[in-house]
Formats: sequence, C-alpha cells, structure tokens
Amino acid sequence: MASAGTEKGASPPGRRQLLGFLLGSSVFASLASIFYPILKFVLPPPSGELDSDTVVAARLDELAPSAAKIFRFGNRPGLLIRLPEGGYRAFSATCTHLDCTVQFRQREQDVWCACHNGIYDLRGRNVSGPPPRPLEEYDVHERGEEIVVARREQA
Amino acid sequence: MTSALEQLRVWLEERFGHGLGDAIRKKQVPRHRHSLWYYLGGMTLFLFLIQVVTGILLLLYYRPSPGEAFESVQFIMTKVQFGWLIRGLHAWAANLLILVAMLHMFSAFFLKAYRKPRELTWITGCLLFFIFLGFGFSGYLLPWNELAFFATKVGTEMMAAVPFIGEWLLTVFRGGEEVTGATLTRFFGFHVAVFPALTTLVLGIHLFLVQQLGMSVPPSVERAHRQSGQPLRAHPFFPGFLLRDLIGWYIALGILAALAALDPWELGVKADPFVPTPAGIKPEWYFLFLFQTLKVIPARLLWIEGEQLAVMLFGVVALLWVLVPFLDRNPEGRSGRVFTAVGAVAVAYIIGMTVWAW
Repeated sequence: MASAGTEKGASPPGRRQLLGFLLGSSVFASLASIFYPILKFVLPPPSGELDSDTVVAARLDELAPSAAKIFRFGNRPGLLIRLPEGGYRAFSATCTHLDCTVQFRQREQDVWCACHNGIYDLRGRNVSGPPPRPLEEYDVHERGEEIVVARREQA
Repeated sequence: MTSALEQLRVWLEERFGHGLGDAIRKKQVPRHRHSLWYYLGGMTLFLFLIQVVTGILLLLYYRPSPGEAFESVQFIMTKVQFGWLIRGLHAWAANLLILVAMLHMFSAFFLKAYRKPRELTWITGCLLFFIFLGFGFSGYLLPWNELAFFATKVGTEMMAAVPFIGEWLLTVFRGGEEVTGATLTRFFGFHVAVFPALTTLVLGIHLFLVQQLGMSVPPSVERAHRQSGQPLRAHPFFPGFLLRDLIGWYIALGILAALAALDPWELGVKADPFVPTPAGIKPEWYFLFLFQTLKVIPARLLWIEGEQLAVMLFGVVALLWVLVPFLDRNPEGRSGRVFTAVGAVAVAYIIGMTVWAW
C-alpha cells in the first residue's frame, strides 16, 4: 500500500514517514491492548490451597509394621511407610522420573513406580530403573495419637 | 519482505487457484445514499467473532454444574486476571450483537434486499437471528443465578404450550420435569456445541450467498439510475470498504470495552430452587416484547388457552417473517408498499411493547 501515492501533489516523504509511524504504533498499541489481557487471562491465578508444611498423615494405630499408605500433602500425594522393625518414614509419592505416583511393595520391601518400573529402596534412594533422583524425604513425628509429617527445611 | 510475501501468495495460488484472490480484488460495493446499512452485516459478524473468542476463553474456567457454575463465574470475575473484562465483554457483546443483528435484519427488510435472487440470503439470515436468540436464552442460564434460574423456568414453561409436542419439548430442553442441574448441562451443551455448529453452517451459506450475489441495491436507487441512465456508482471492497469496516469494528470494540469496564455485568445471587421467586423477574430486553404479549393476552380466548394462543401466534408470525421473499410478489409495486407498512407496524409493536414492559 506504500506505493499507492501516485496522486498529484503526493505528500512529502517526511510527513509520510511520520504518518506511517503513527499508524504503525497505534496498530501495535491496539493489538497489545487486546492480547495482553488475553495472555493474562489464560494463566490461572495461583491456587487458593495453601501449601502447608506439615500435615497429619495417619493415626498411630493405623498402620501395621511393614505397611504403607498414601496421604495428601497439599496438592500432592505423600507416602508414609511403617518399617518392619517399627518406626516411620515419609516421602513424596511423586516419582522423580515422570510424575507418576509410587507405591510400597511389601514382598520386595521397596518403593516401586508402576509406570516405567522405577525402584527406590526404603530410604527413598533410586536404585533401579529410570528415576534420576531419590524421592524427597519428609520428617515424621509422633504427636499424641497422630503421625505428623513435615517438609524438611530447604538446606 | 515484500518478495517473500509475494512468493507465499504465488505458492498459495498454485494450490488454491486464483478464485479467492480474484473474488476479493474484483468485489465491488455499490455506493448510494443507503450504503450505510451495508456495514451492519459486517458489524454483526465482528461481534459474533468477539463472542467466539471471549466464549472460548470463559470455557477455560467455567464449570457447567449447579454446584460449581455460580462459583466458577465468581472465580472468573474476582480471581482470574482480566476475568471481569472477558466476561463483561461476552455479556455486553451478546446484547449488542442481538441489537445490531436486529437493525441489520430490519434494514434488509425495508430496503427490500430479500427480493429475487436473494431469498435464501434472507432465510439464512432469519435462521441466524433465531440461533442468536437461542444463544442468548441458553447463555443467560449459565451463571446459575437467581434471575436466570427463574427466567429460564418461565421461558421453558412456554414450550409446554406448543401444540402436540409441548410436553416432549419441555422435557427435552429441561432434561426432566423441572429446571435443575440437568437443564444447566443441556443449555451448556446447546450454547457451546449445538448452536456454534449450526451457526457455522448457516453463516457459511449466508456469507457465500452474499459473495455470490453481491450487495442488493434498493429499488428506489435502482429506479433512479434507470431513469437517469447513469451507471450505479460502486467502490472496491478491498481495501476501501474493508478499511471503513475496520474503523467501525474498532469503535465497537472501544464501546464494548468501555461498557465492560464502567458498567460491569452483575452476577447476582446464586440460584436456589427452594426460595420464592423474587419480584420483578424479567427476561433479557430482546425477549421483553414477547413477555409483554404473554401478559396482555387473556387467560382464555374461546376454547384456546392464552398461552397456547400466544405461542401459536409467535410461531406463525416467525414463519411468515422467514417466508417474506415469497409472499411479497411485487416488492417494487403495491405489495411492496403493503409489506413496508406491515414492517413499520411490527417495529412499532416491538418498540412499544418493550418500552411498556421495561
């Protein structure tokens, strides 16, 4: 369209440039004011659920020795294991490979991810299969009748 | 830059043929003292596209169940960034869309744009208008607030008055005997799947016909040019007419954003089927004249119930309206004048009843 200026008395190049600049920047500003709200709208606001640092994972009499359960820790699952010799360990139940949820296997005495056959030992260390990192371990406390799991302070 | 664009154009034309490019280059729009009305169709299309975009955005957060619908709209309005803007635009543009579509339809009516060979353009246009009313009616319920809930009860209750299939219609649209969560899910389905699909089809035919047949020139303008022997003035669609269209759309967008910002669409109170209907339940403004007609019609006329009479009347009038191109046999002569007069009475009736019901 820039070559359309064949009318007689075509405007001087300076004025033409200025008009082009004004038109271009107003088009840009308009498009920005349309797409900025859309891009902001598409991103969901942070979820209202507080990522708490401690949670009651189980009651004291809930797990027999050599048993485990999945508990809610904020938005994500956690794994609480009662060891055969007594005592508890808690991990994030999210496999470090591709986010599947792991499970405790009583017979093998390990933590297994069914998605890609990843195996962790009872300390959460990745011992076989694709997982690249150990499971995040949580602190376990007994408080009265309850077992409380707490996120460890980030070192 | 230009040569790359040119290469792309050539590449595309080798595959799609020259048809589209030629059509755009050759398309002419007649120019006369009634030309302004030509812009209303494009404006309706623009508002519809706004509805498509904002509607898809709202779908990212909206949840169509009675336990969550109201809360999810509340979430959009209060928590999502620019959520108030997107919902406000959707609600305001819906109303403007109906208004502009109405103006477009009546301008086509009074300028006799429906006359041969544009009968199908008129019919598809009418169908689009009815679909838009369906969009409005179904969308009104989705926030699941008290006003919408009771307006939907009344609106669907009218379906029961349709002869023979009334009860069946009522059950199909409500998803049961009452307005419940089942109704919400159905209306949601109509609003985001059935009506959009229908619109795509009918709008495609409508736009194809407009391209195929070109713009209609009003009989009075045609006559004047026949008498003076001068050719009709016209200007190219691209870029002149399209740029004028763009200016109109730009202004419309500004008005919409201003309305959404200065007069945010209310959410109201969450619907509760077990509270009495609050006073002053009214449908959206574009249904008001129907609503008022219902109020005025006596409860019983001879052997017919008032509601049934009204529904049959609406149905017959709507059918006649769609069939106008076939009923007006001589648009430039006597019958044309009769139809203009009937149209004027219809407009006066709609405006009068709407003002009365306000």
